[in-house]
Amino acid sequence: MTKLEYLKESPSQTAGPYVHIGCTPNFIGNAGIFKEDLGARMVNEQSKGQRITIKGRVFDGTGTPLKDALLEIWQADSEGLFNSPSETRGDADPNFTGWGRQPVNLETGEFCFETVKPGSVPFPDGRAQAPHINFWIVARGINIGLNTRMYFPEEEEANAADPVLSRIEHRVRVPTLIAKQSGDTYTFDIYIQGENETVFFDI
Amino acid sequence: MSKPTTNAGPFFPRDRNWHPQALSPNYKTSVLRSPQKALLSFGNTISETTGPVFGHNMLGELDHDLVLNYAKPGESALGERIIVHGHVMDEEAKPVPNALVEVWQANAGGRYRHKKDGYLAPLDPNFGGCGRVTTDENGYYAFRTIRPGPYPWPNGVNDWRPSHIHFSLFGSGFAQRLITQMYFEGDPHIPMCPIVRTINDPAAIEMLVAKLDMNHTVPMDARAYRFDIVLRGRRSTMFENRMEGN
Repeated sequence: MTKLEYLKESPSQTAGPYVHIGCTPNFIGNAGIFKEDLGARMVNEQSKGQRITIKGRVFDGTGTPLKDALLEIWQADSEGLFNSPSETRGDADPNFTGWGRQPVNLETGEFCFETVKPGSVPFPDGRAQAPHINFWIVARGINIGLNTRMYFPEEEEANAADPVLSRIEHRVRVPTLIAKQSGDTYTFDIYIQGENETVFFDI
Repeated sequence: MSKPTTNAGPFFPRDRNWHPQALSPNYKTSVLRSPQKALLSFGNTISETTGPVFGHNMLGELDHDLVLNYAKPGESALGERIIVHGHVMDEEAKPVPNALVEVWQANAGGRYRHKKDGYLAPLDPNFGGCGRVTTDENGYYAFRTIRPGPYPWPNGVNDWRPSHIHFSLFGSGFAQRLITQMYFEGDPHIPMCPIVRTINDPAAIEMLVAKLDMNHTVPMDARAYRFDIVLRGRRSTMFENRMEGN
């Protein structure tokens, strides 16, 4: 009889309150080890597409913002291509990394990403996905990183047809994934628990 | 050894009973920081199967040497000198090359170089507690550091963390992203720790316990610990769903 032999994934553990030491040392003043914090800059002067700012906070079950969270985002460029070796559909904008990492402010809990608005990317069956940004959130008390997505409020039609948003059974929860817009600034608040709990993904 | 993974398909589903549960009441901070509603499961799209990759040329000369990378010239960090090394593989035991491994830890006295850590143990002026390395073409990594000390933390009245090193890993796709902790073989604090015990299966905990490796120890210099890491495997794209007729 054939026996299937697979390894198990290493189990996750919390990033703890001092994640900055390893991931954003310059942010907490531990200068001189790395020249700059990885993921701090996603764009440069030559990046193509519409520049946007994404701000927000991460709230616990009492509505208190987390002061020790770290967020990472991953997204397509303005044409819908990923700056990744696994991208086989074409070459992404070399002046846009697609990946960002930001700690929240230690006093206010606010995070801020300077990026570009992503283009649409295909779902595996060929349908279009609405423009979106993948989020990954770690912090003390979070035992395994939380995955979610941010969508854009002005993309009403695309959002209505999005294959992932369409999977959300309780339609009242869809707005938890849609940012609020003010000019080129989007606010995306994340609620770990409570009435407005953000939809988190098992991907 | 098998060949490095070249698949670009979806990742194997995560075994969420193997990983710690989000809500683990004995780790008190998790109570208000765990989602209460079910996660939405869906197969990977290209947003999850792609991910950033970091080149070896991004790294500084001492990024993998925590004994020296914060030390004044001619000095070095205090504590038990150790080399931590191992393979990063996927669930099919294929090596994961070019994986970025970031580490951070307390000093030999159990104190972190962080403005929010007020533990009594003193800072070591020669120790920053931060390093990084990328795996080679065979998925192998190694860095040098000092063994971190255990320290007390406010959870129960008298909870102590076992000596541990935090690890952050990037594979080839964003859905492989993983943060975990490495413990040291023989540490009596491991089975007592509420954070370790967020993991239910003893075999899963065992994966996070590094083994003393005398063969890689550098005589008269530093002992070695072996710590292998497994990231999610992925399918080939050969039979993935496409629109009929495409």
